[in-house]
Amino acid sequence: MLRKRVAMQDVEAESRLFSQRALVAMLLVMLAFGVIIINMYHLQVKSYQVYQTRSEGNRIKVVPLAPNRGMITDRNGILLAENRPVFSLELVPEQVENMTETLAELAQLIEIPDELQQSFLRDVRQQRRFNSIALKEQLNDEEVAIISVNLHRFPGVTVEARLSRHYPFGNLFTHALGYIGRINTNDLKRLEESDQLANYAATRDIGKIGLERYYETELHGTMGYQEVEVNNRGRLIRVLRSVPAQSGKNIQLNLDVGLQLTAQQLLEGKRGAIVAMDPRDGAVMAFYSNPSYDPNLFVHGISSTNYNALLNSPDRPLINRVTQGVYPPASTIKPHLALLGLETNTITPSTRIWDPGFFQLPGVEHRYRDWKRWGHGWVDVYSAIIESCDTFFYDMGVKLGIDRISDYMNRLGFGEKTGIDILEESNTNMPSRGWKRARHNQPWFHGDTVAVSIGQGYWTSTPIQLMTTTAALLNNGMLPIPHMAKTLTNDAGTEQVSTELQPTVNVVNPRNWQVIRDAMEQTVSTQKGTAFNAFRGASYSSGGKTGTAQLVKIAQDAKYDANALDERLRDNAMYVGYAPAENPSIIIAVTVENIGGGGSTAAPIARQMLDYYFSAGVNNDE
Amino acid sequence: MNDSLVNSRHSNSRLAFFHIDTPLLLGLLALVSYGLLVLYSASGQSERMVEAQIIRLGVAFAVMIGMAQISPLTIRRWSLPLFIVGTLLLVAVLMFGHIGKGAQRWLDLGFIKFQPSEIMKLAVPMAIAWFIASHNLPPKKRHLTVGFLMCVIPTLLIAKQPDLGTAILIAAAGIFVLFLAGMSWKLITFIVALVSAFAPVLWLFGMHDYQRRRVLTFLNPESDPLGSGYHIIQSKIAIGSGGVHGKGWLQGTQSQLEFLPERHTDFIFSVLSKEFGLVGVLFLLAIYLFIIGRGLLIATRAQDNYGKLVAGSFTLTFFVYVFVNIGMVSGLLPVVGVPLPLVSFGGTSMVTMMAAFGIIMSVSTHKRSMAQT
Repeated sequence: MLRKRVAMQDVEAESRLFSQRALVAMLLVMLAFGVIIINMYHLQVKSYQVYQTRSEGNRIKVVPLAPNRGMITDRNGILLAENRPVFSLELVPEQVENMTETLAELAQLIEIPDELQQSFLRDVRQQRRFNSIALKEQLNDEEVAIISVNLHRFPGVTVEARLSRHYPFGNLFTHALGYIGRINTNDLKRLEESDQLANYAATRDIGKIGLERYYETELHGTMGYQEVEVNNRGRLIRVLRSVPAQSGKNIQLNLDVGLQLTAQQLLEGKRGAIVAMDPRDGAVMAFYSNPSYDPNLFVHGISSTNYNALLNSPDRPLINRVTQGVYPPASTIKPHLALLGLETNTITPSTRIWDPGFFQLPGVEHRYRDWKRWGHGWVDVYSAIIESCDTFFYDMGVKLGIDRISDYMNRLGFGEKTGIDILEESNTNMPSRGWKRARHNQPWFHGDTVAVSIGQGYWTSTPIQLMTTTAALLNNGMLPIPHMAKTLTNDAGTEQVSTELQPTVNVVNPRNWQVIRDAMEQTVSTQKGTAFNAFRGASYSSGGKTGTAQLVKIAQDAKYDANALDERLRDNAMYVGYAPAENPSIIIAVTVENIGGGGSTAAPIARQMLDYYFSAGVNNDE
Repeated sequence: MNDSLVNSRHSNSRLAFFHIDTPLLLGLLALVSYGLLVLYSASGQSERMVEAQIIRLGVAFAVMIGMAQISPLTIRRWSLPLFIVGTLLLVAVLMFGHIGKGAQRWLDLGFIKFQPSEIMKLAVPMAIAWFIASHNLPPKKRHLTVGFLMCVIPTLLIAKQPDLGTAILIAAAGIFVLFLAGMSWKLITFIVALVSAFAPVLWLFGMHDYQRRRVLTFLNPESDPLGSGYHIIQSKIAIGSGGVHGKGWLQGTQSQLEFLPERHTDFIFSVLSKEFGLVGVLFLLAIYLFIIGRGLLIATRAQDNYGKLVAGSFTLTFFVYVFVNIGMVSGLLPVVGVPLPLVSFGGTSMVTMMAAFGIIMSVSTHKRSMAQT
């Protein structure tokens, strides 16, 4: 502070300096204005003729044309998403002489709720006066007729026909197809980033979720345009040149309407998911999550009442349980673990252990219970899978250790996304030491491994992942990438969606595949098998694995009593099955929330799905 | 000193009592009236829009008069706190801001949404002027360095939103303070050279795709006649076809200005050029030049360095608005969203600008109180 005061302020010199600088600034400003003036002289005087001519030419206007969105069909060509013409009543404010009068007269002709009139007037205030603004959308035929007859009385009023998306099966395909809706700010941002904005100049809707979103680029097509001559009020005089829009590609799916309907019936009144595919190529034939909702509600903008009802429903219909339902995989992963046990020689096909009904870690009092309180007696790897013995896997899991389990299951596809052709797929967790350290800042305990050994604890999966990872067991380690779309077709031709499989684990002893597949087959075919009752008398051979995921921890020595538990805390029932047992052409995963045992609830549902599959010959076309 | 001389000149003015600088006020009023005339035509003769603009202008003028009542001493005291608050708000915008039109500029306070970058248009030059003026002029190297940092940090925060137009304006406002304070010519040359060298780096790493596209379109508008080049081509056609005398008031829009987007906001100059021709353009430039000249005169006559620097910087920033907007619509500069000051339809920036003029008036009319510092 002192030093500053020492240097005396020379007020006059400073003032002179500033004046100098201000003068320089003023000169620069004048120079800049000079540049502007020279430029203006150039534009307005020297090139006047050129621009005058081009200004006349400006009466040619380029009108973008929206392409027709591609349609979506099931595997047999049945329409699942189509475009229907809808009529809307629109007004151009600039051309309407008396807005209040016009509205009143229109309201006498057809019913126009006050709410619509208010939102229309709001739009009028916000938009340019020469824009056409919709007063009422989705007019019925009668309304179109009434307005059309009286159109001459109302200058500036038009009935516009637009194509609008329609999903004829309502809530049957919602979680697979998704829906389209008005382009919003986020969509615009995405389009701008992908340099697609110009292509959407005439488009009003965009795929929001599901296949509609995933295949947006393919379904949308390429914009066309018309060069039209317009008069000075913007009215069209004639079309000079027309470059037609290129329709989007039609998509044929692998899904089957019949299988979907069966799935919907079977899940009626339940919360759950059914997904089925061809394990040989990943073609998804059924994809259903219950409860569902009507996607048509979203196409014209869903009302907030309807939306809140969906959002706040305790059954959570907006969740796509096939890909977003994150559940403990429970016993369904026992074949996977058995393969690892065999491969590492932790067990052999003839290794037997005694199951007293519980498992104890050495030197620890705690008893990890088997689902069968009195135990399974002597069990080997076959009976451990067939009867779903927990103790056998507790023992094997602890011997394997989390590192080997985590690494191997990761390679089989657990903890990874399946890559199905929709974006709504949740992350799942294949726990490891590193994960627990990062997530909970705790070391890994043996007890954690015990829980993981029967697909509980930190291990989570989705129905679709259970299905694909089990399919890898049927394909000798080749993991299918599930896809609902089969072909994309436009005028240029048809392209096939990739059916490539992904290699996973290298098996040292190929005989081990047969061991676990035999065990899964015997789960269905032998009397002690957990799925025996469900598949008794089926006309085809099959294999599978049941699972019952525990959602609440049961106290030591307490008995699980379903009736005493709150409904939403009851066990999840699961079944992953395939058929025929040799060379399977279908694999199915069934998950039903809070309903009880996998063998008693989920397996019978899978049975009925497979019954339909074979009797209707769903996959017989190739 | 020459206080008595300056004061005697002012005591004659009746408006001086309200701390209003009469020539500046007249210049602004002329500009605003001319602007309303053009807006009526550009908005497609929308009385509602003109009405809205008049209300906004009323608010803006009230803000100006209000600011003029505050002594420069008080304003000087606010400079740093305002700068600090503004910078924090900018950080807040980046963290919780509201996204509008693809950019994150708004802060939603529940009852009102506003752009903190508007505050910074005033706060940056004020704070730098406060800092520089608290030392002797010309500023020493280390003072210049601090001044630069005070300018660069908010500029980068705003450029990140991304709002290139405002970032340029704020950077300019800060640099003007340093320039007016007497930064050496050697340093100025060096910085100009550095910036030109840095431009390719900015191009490669510092720009959003859409910003890069805008520059490319600027260099060759005909390359993208249906996309963003469209604006520039249509605007040049509108300006060129105006000729010397123009098409006449209200005669431009009906014919082809429908093809001009944003014609009542950023591109209003094109409408003016078409309807009033070169004559109308020269008249507009004359008004702007008068206001800028008056502003700089007030700055040179100001009592202390803070007042000089702030008034000078605000005036030159006003000039940048004019130059960037006209340059943009006439194809001299790339398209950046900068309005034509006090003519374009729109709110926030107008109020900020008038607040700046209020401070200029305060500097010009509160001579006596300043003498006591």
